[in-house]
Amino acid sequence: MTGGQPPGAGLPGSGLPGNDPRTRTSAGPAAAERHPVPPPSELELSRRAWRRARGRRSTVVALASTLLFAAVAYLVVTRAPGWPRVRTTFFSPTVAVEHLPEILVGLWLNLQVLVVGGVLVLVVGLLVALARTVRGPAFAPLRILATTYVDLFRGVPLIIVLYLVGFGLPALRLQGVPTSPFVLGTVAVVLTYGAYVAEVFRAGIESVHPSQRAAARSLGLSYRQSMRIVVLPQALRTVTPPLLNDFVALQKDVGLISVLGAVDAVRSAQIAVGQTFNFTPYVVAGLLFVLLAVPSARLADAVTARARRRQQAGGLL
Amino acid sequence: MVKVFGGVAVLRGVDLPVGEHSVVALIGGSGSGKSTLLRCASLLETVDDGQVLLDGEDVTDPRVDADQVRRRLGVVFQAYNLFPHLSVLDNVTLAPTVVHGRPKAEAVDEARTLLTRIGLADKAGEYPDRLSGGQQQRVAIARALAVRPRVLLLDEVTSALDPELVGEVLALVREVAAQGMTILMATHEMGFARQVADTVAFLSDGVVLESGPPAQVLGDPVQPRTRRFLSRVIDAGRL
Ligand SMILES: Nc1ncnc2c1ncn2[C@@H]1O[C@H](COP(=O)(O)OP(=O)(O)OP(=O)(O)O)[C@@H](O)[C@H]1O
Ligand SMILES: [Mg+2]
Repeated sequence: MTGGQPPGAGLPGSGLPGNDPRTRTSAGPAAAERHPVPPPSELELSRRAWRRARGRRSTVVALASTLLFAAVAYLVVTRAPGWPRVRTTFFSPTVAVEHLPEILVGLWLNLQVLVVGGVLVLVVGLLVALARTVRGPAFAPLRILATTYVDLFRGVPLIIVLYLVGFGLPALRLQGVPTSPFVLGTVAVVLTYGAYVAEVFRAGIESVHPSQRAAARSLGLSYRQSMRIVVLPQALRTVTPPLLNDFVALQKDVGLISVLGAVDAVRSAQIAVGQTFNFTPYVVAGLLFVLLAVPSARLADAVTARARRRQQAGGLL
Repeated sequence: MVKVFGGVAVLRGVDLPVGEHSVVALIGGSGSGKSTLLRCASLLETVDDGQVLLDGEDVTDPRVDADQVRRRLGVVFQAYNLFPHLSVLDNVTLAPTVVHGRPKAEAVDEARTLLTRIGLADKAGEYPDRLSGGQQQRVAIARALAVRPRVLLLDEVTSALDPELVGEVLALVREVAAQGMTILMATHEMGFARQVADTVAFLSDGVVLESGPPAQVLGDPVQPRTRRFLSRVIDAGRL
């Protein structure tokens, strides 16, 4: 708009204090009365206009390059010699529509495992992380146990844990051991992800500067109180972005419970493939998992960006 | 008191009485162990020999509950150690409510009084990273005072303050001292020590080399090493 402003036209007034964003955002009502924010100068207005124009330009460039890339990819794939065949076996709209309902029903099971498992993973992860960081000789067995658990379940592939838990536990024929693939699958997922998340929590706890504990202890807070009131709240802030990334990974890994015979999205697709000799149901299931993951992935990005901004704001002080 | 770090005795037999209601200023070069001494006194470090006596009780005895002892101390560190996730008011009321079990309303009232005294009443709802360094340090002092400590341990509390604010803090410390507070403070500001302290102790080579009234230690030191230290400080324009 005012992008054509000659440079330097608005110089008078541009040197005024009070344009510091910190004064603007942090000052309470009382402070605002003492230091009213002066109206933006011509110079500042032209800068803002330029930034807006640049923003629009970048959007156009991004859009154009994306479209170009998509067009090239489309042409390369559709001109491949095997494409007509691939299209009918992997991308058949009729097969997709026909089997979508049962795949959706299966996905509902995945979602349940995801929600129940996700919550349990957080609880297990936090408890194990606390067990690993607790000090004192009396807690040595706890620490060793927690460390062994983490080493073990971070190392073993999830699919093997699924087999061992899913088929091994029921084979014991102990009373009270559940046999439902849903429960067993959730247990296996929680065991594996609990180990990962425990490490994330531990890293977060250790990232809180030691002087914070010193300050807490010097106020007379006990170890537990320092942990609960001072260390953990700060650690949780740090670990939220990596936790969200783990959640995205968990979203697709809940599809693995199909190996236990649970009729989830993947298993439903498999059954449909067996009936139709067409692979489209797999593609449908895959797309559904992607649709599930996209919002969480974007959320993770947003939270990470916000955390970075906050850190930088702190660094300016 | 003895404290060893990695085979090096940072403190090798420090003996420093701090009388009730008195203000003792600890001076010495960078790395002479002032912070270490204060950390040992507040039981954040374990001494490697010797004792810390608080009201005649040996608090370095491993059978003593260190948390209980720390409740009787107020500590302000060299670097700001406010809790960044808590507001200024919550920083100040945390220990009184959580550790000392005082009613929240009472603690808030007292905290507001303290914040008014340090001139930051309007910042009660702010988070520490929104405050200047000097403001943060004043809040840290208020937080230490909020537990009504028997002894106040201050580690270079003025080193981050603007000259005009130093006077303010000085007045605050003097006021606190007049109310019967016992203070042990490390400082690089000799003017501050001269004005506020009853006793100045010069820490060098892991021992208290010289201690006495500020006029004597700062004005007419006996030890050549103290003289050399002070002349360097004067050259740096800090006296
Ligand atoms: N945790 C630690 N581990 C090893 N060495 C340490 C530790 N803390 C302090 N030291 C060493 O002890 C010595 C004294 O440190 P201290 O922080 O007490 O000095 P200071 O007198 O407070 O210095 P300044 O005036 O710069 O604050 C230094 O040589 C330092 O390197
Ligand atoms: Mg120091």
